[in-house]
Amino acid sequence: MSDLPRTIHETRQWLRSGQITSVELTEAYLERIQQVEPQVHAYLHVAADAALAQARLADERRAAGEDTPLLGVPLAIKDVINVLGMPATAASRILEGFMPPYEATVAHKLREQGAVFLGKANTDEFAMGWSTENSAYGATHNPWALDRTPGGSSGGPAAAVAAGEAPAALGTDTGGSVRQPASWTNTVGMRPTYGRVSRYGVIAFASSLDQVGPITRDVRDNAILLEAIAGHDPHDSTTFPDPVPPYSQMLEGGVKGLRLGLPREYLTEDMHPGVREATQEAVRVLRDLGAVVEEASLPYTDYGMPVYYLIATAEASANLARYDGVRYGYSAGAADLQENYKLTRGRGFGPEVKRRILLGAYALSAGYYDAYYLKAQKVRTLIRADFDAAFQRFDALVAPVAPIPPFRIGEAPTDPVALYLLDVLTLPSALAGAPGISVPAGFVEEDGEQLPVGIQFIGRPLDEATLYRIASAFERATGYGERAPTDAAM
Amino acid sequence: MPKLTPDEVRHIAELAKLALTDEEIEQYASDLSAILDYARQLQQVNTEHIHPTASVLPLRNVMRPDEPRPGLAPEDALANAPERQDGYFKVHAVLECSQ
Repeated sequence: MSDLPRTIHETRQWLRSGQITSVELTEAYLERIQQVEPQVHAYLHVAADAALAQARLADERRAAGEDTPLLGVPLAIKDVINVLGMPATAASRILEGFMPPYEATVAHKLREQGAVFLGKANTDEFAMGWSTENSAYGATHNPWALDRTPGGSSGGPAAAVAAGEAPAALGTDTGGSVRQPASWTNTVGMRPTYGRVSRYGVIAFASSLDQVGPITRDVRDNAILLEAIAGHDPHDSTTFPDPVPPYSQMLEGGVKGLRLGLPREYLTEDMHPGVREATQEAVRVLRDLGAVVEEASLPYTDYGMPVYYLIATAEASANLARYDGVRYGYSAGAADLQENYKLTRGRGFGPEVKRRILLGAYALSAGYYDAYYLKAQKVRTLIRADFDAAFQRFDALVAPVAPIPPFRIGEAPTDPVALYLLDVLTLPSALAGAPGISVPAGFVEEDGEQLPVGIQFIGRPLDEATLYRIASAFERATGYGERAPTDAAM
Repeated sequence: MPKLTPDEVRHIAELAKLALTDEEIEQYASDLSAILDYARQLQQVNTEHIHPTASVLPLRNVMRPDEPRPGLAPEDALANAPERQDGYFKVHAVLECSQ
């Protein structure tokens, strides 16, 4: 990949100087995809013809004098985001072959700005999972250690970026699904403030939590991509009307004098020692850069897991009621309508999705609503209050992203509680609606493999600019993100 | 903590319109029992006078002018239908036909 620009901003330099055309660049990425997909499986659908057509259009627009940051830049899109002309499956059998009749606002915005869509990237089914192992179409492999997961649910986009199969990608984060795979692939992943980015045309999992976020090779690219997709959307009444700041021009401020909180509840007893060390080392770097890092406390942290899994599954059970085998997607073809609903859904959904639908339906059912769903909504208020109180004292929080480095494919915990606890460090901020960014923070060696570890910065709602500023300073001081997996690993 | 019984799982599966095998029902009864058992720790939290959060947004109702605008064309809306007829989604009869 040394013959290609590493980032979106370098790509723009190459394109504007005429060193490469978008068509040549797209061809190079398609070739790279062909070369490494047999090992990585980051994509569910590669749209070679459509991508080349978009690239030709971008080259024409550039020839006509246009020069915007994403003009002619190839991207991978997580397969829960509708792109016209490409299937959208959410990695589920129930949506096999589904061609969306309209485009997500985020995809439409990128298309208007001249980006090129290489294809649709793998995910856990309906974005429910930690590893892409819940994809009905096979797991994605981590380009850093092919026997391991890249994380999830946005494991496909993260692996595509890490493996050089796309310079950048869009994922979605409901409870950590952008930040955790970014952390496990040495990439940068931003979960924006809830309401900052439109959810229109994004296949719904949990509507009070879902957000689209960029996964990139560096912080500047991440800021460029968020700028391009953020903002008010008349099609999504939950989007903020506030103008989008020019994030990519707000990276240089440094961290001197910034007050950062390290939540003591996030350094758990059973955390992997390598993750703990990476976190402590990151704190040291931030202090050296002039930040004031002090212990913070978010006392309701431990309740984040049950609150999230009651609320997110309740919302999912309602959102996924639409898959009925009548209007689109897989149909079992039973003669009786009720029977067809049940067979279509029983066969069309995978095990984790069914588990979550059942849990959510239970939490919402008569007799249990108050004890589970309503109670979870009330504790969610207390979790939000934790963050509000912390942000009175601190400009941002610094914390590990996942308690462990990437595990081997097939070796996820089988106990559902242990499995759901893997998200414990990303769930509370998602419940609070706060933005969070994962940045490369080094490597943990395990069994001779170098496994990436990330650090996250969590900010006040709508204060992504401060997160980018901290992330950028940390990136410049450490440079971990410049490392790429060797092709020998693939 | 009372465990979820297979019959309770069958009942929820009926509500959620999911056909499950007996093995799946056994597995989900065990899984859901474990998760709900863990979730019971929420009962320790004092939430008296605490309002539930349904949305984190400070936004209120969003209004727009009630003006006609183009929607999805029927052909596009039907394009993914497993069965269709005369411009409609086709479903099997749910009522007996009495002449």
